[in-house]
Amino acid sequence: MLQVREVSHRYGTTQVLDRVTFSVEKGELFGIIGPNGSGKTTLLKLISKELPLASGEIAISGRPLSELSTKQWARLAAVLPQTLETAHGYTVKETVALGRYAHQRGLLPAWTAEDEAAVQEALAVVGLAHKMDAPLERLSGGERQRAYLARALAQEPQLLLLDEPTNHMDLSGQVRLLDRLTAAARARGLTVVAVFHEMNVASLYCDRVLVLKDGKTAALGAPADVMTPALLNDVFAAPVVRQAHPAAAKPMFSFVPQHREEKTPLLGGLRPVFLADAVVLASPRPLRVLSSALVGAGFQWATHFVNRQVGLDYDCGDAEEEMRRYLKRHGFSPERTIGMMTAVDVHDAVWLQEERKGCSAAVLVTAGVGNAVDAARAWRHQPAAAKPGTINMIIVVDGTLTEAAFVQAVMTATEAKAKALAERSVCDPETRTLATGTSTDSLAVAATQTGRSFPYAGTATELGRTLGRLVYEATIEALDRYERRRGKR
Amino acid sequence: MYIMAVTAAVFSLLAGVSTGSLSIPFSSIIEILASQWLGMPLSSDVPSDWVPIVMAIRLPRVVLAFLVGASLALAGAAFQGLLKNALADPYTLGVSSGASVGAVLVIFLGWQWPLFGTFTLPIVSILCGMATLAAVLAFTRAVDRRMAVETIILAGIIFGAFFSAFISLMIALTGDELRQIISWLMGSVAMRGWKYSGLLFPFFLIGAVVLIANGRELNAFAFGEAVALHVGVDVARRKIVILTAAAFLTGAAVSVSGTIGFVGLVVPHIVRLLCGPDYRVLLPLSLLYGGAFLVFADLAARTIIEPRELPIGVITSLVGAPLFAVLFFRKTKRKLG
Repeated sequence: MLQVREVSHRYGTTQVLDRVTFSVEKGELFGIIGPNGSGKTTLLKLISKELPLASGEIAISGRPLSELSTKQWARLAAVLPQTLETAHGYTVKETVALGRYAHQRGLLPAWTAEDEAAVQEALAVVGLAHKMDAPLERLSGGERQRAYLARALAQEPQLLLLDEPTNHMDLSGQVRLLDRLTAAARARGLTVVAVFHEMNVASLYCDRVLVLKDGKTAALGAPADVMTPALLNDVFAAPVVRQAHPAAAKPMFSFVPQHREEKTPLLGGLRPVFLADAVVLASPRPLRVLSSALVGAGFQWATHFVNRQVGLDYDCGDAEEEMRRYLKRHGFSPERTIGMMTAVDVHDAVWLQEERKGCSAAVLVTAGVGNAVDAARAWRHQPAAAKPGTINMIIVVDGTLTEAAFVQAVMTATEAKAKALAERSVCDPETRTLATGTSTDSLAVAATQTGRSFPYAGTATELGRTLGRLVYEATIEALDRYERRRGKR
Repeated sequence: MYIMAVTAAVFSLLAGVSTGSLSIPFSSIIEILASQWLGMPLSSDVPSDWVPIVMAIRLPRVVLAFLVGASLALAGAAFQGLLKNALADPYTLGVSSGASVGAVLVIFLGWQWPLFGTFTLPIVSILCGMATLAAVLAFTRAVDRRMAVETIILAGIIFGAFFSAFISLMIALTGDELRQIISWLMGSVAMRGWKYSGLLFPFFLIGAVVLIANGRELNAFAFGEAVALHVGVDVARRKIVILTAAAFLTGAAVSVSGTIGFVGLVVPHIVRLLCGPDYRVLLPLSLLYGGAFLVFADLAARTIIEPRELPIGVITSLVGAPLFAVLFFRKTKRKLG
């Protein structure tokens, strides 16, 4: 729908844009990103005709912009400006009504029913119908931005041009504006071209992006495809890391601040501490953890690991919430603690450490055989309520683990656990076959993320072999302690 | 709103003609006008020597005052909108300074063109005013191809300052003509006759029509040039059109009546406080109220210290400033307080 070909622009002797070419399809939300001075605003001003086009062509559905008068162009394209300047004394409705200028003909045109309908609809879309007669100056920044959006919508354009629309807004304001915008655009089949200064917003909302660097095209395509860390590091000259967004199928970006590397080895001083009903590991600095724990599951940064013993009759509707309260009561911050529950006596917990140069790790295991399950045949079981887990494992590694290594550490530890169960002939009581685990086992793998880098933790690697041995031996010992205690009863 | 404004205007005209050393009742004025313009017979209780007083002395003066006031108020409103500056008045662009230079020069050198006699002064003055406008625009274009509004203001200030200095020079060098120059500069609508209104009227008509037709565009300019462009206004062309029309009004008003201050600045603000900022309404109302305001000011100027006359510019400032202050105080206090 919009074709931009070989567009260049100079301010004096500075080449601000250099042969930029792209096209935008109807209905697309197209983003333009780049560092300050990359030419994004200049490009938008050339499209909106605020700046005269001296080199290259811009056309809409085949018609060059140069053929269109200002009024004709205003019927096709509307602009949401960056600044929130107001004009003294005008009401919201008068501001929005200005958007109808391009559709009015003649010297002293009458205000038609169409004009009124367009204005009312625009006000409804942005949610300002109730403030129609309020003076524009009395509105907050976010509301004013919505009023200007309404004005742009009242123009009934086919193309919407936005210049850093969320510049002055807080997070919720940004999200709400863009959500409204995308909804309105979808509803009316609008094409949107927007300059964004924030990578995450661009990634979340745009179908395709143009990445500019020094006036030249650095990349053009879908955010997931083109916004790679390598490209962004180069374009923005800053350390960018990319992750998957937890909810949307889009990438998420953040920066890595500079920090000092801690030189003190961690594991030397790490020891489990026993409370009345829990065993606790406390780390002097936060560890990166991948776990299935009750509190702090998934990827987290944590300083404390709490394995809490509860009675066999423990039954709580919202176990996670109750565990959080428990943690708070005992002075742990739930946001930085990995919390697990077990029915096993925590004083039987086994702590095994291996400290070698370049590969230090430790495990803390509590194990019991209640509710043992053969994972391969668990489908035969009657469905039953989950009881507190009986094999809880906390693994700590002194090193930097990749996400793949975290997953492989979980795999290796689980294989070693299954082997320990087999060695002690623990059986699944319902299927009468060897068990591979119990019904609500919990595992946490923690790493200091400083020091030696471990790209993998499979059984072929040094780390994998270390973890396999530690987990196997600790689980065997923990099972034995459990049996001894049970035997005494 | 319009009814009130029109009533005020008509009332001012009638009051202006009615008041003076000889008080003429409204009804008589209407009868006299009817007899002169519509050919209706004059009733016996209207003395016939009132007719020349009304037609040749008072009415021309009042009409001129109305046209000047209307022109200045319209131009002031347009400049405030276009230049997006609440302190703009018709004299911002320097056109009035140029027109004044022309007028003062005529007094200083005692020019009298053969065909025009004393009419030489306003003609020279208006030509100088137009020349100044052309110079300001050309200068702006040379400096800034896009002719941003801020550049235009600065160019206007530069030219205005230069011409004011020139006027001061002439004042310093003058001897006998000093009183004449000063009194011209302070502004007056006295003893001009119909010819001056005749000179002003075409400029007034063109300027008023053009400006009122650009009401929506001025509303757009109130949000800034960029927004006006985005909304579809042909900014480059409209800017020049509006500036030229406003300069026409200013130059012509100044050339026939001198530099009467405050009307162009304050009347639009007062109207805006009362009726809102929409230029489609602001412009015609400024025209009507501006005219009425100046008629009343002239009325006060010639009656307060009768038989002497005060300069009209003194009255406009003395009355205008406190009036504005009161209105502004009450409106803003209600808004903020």
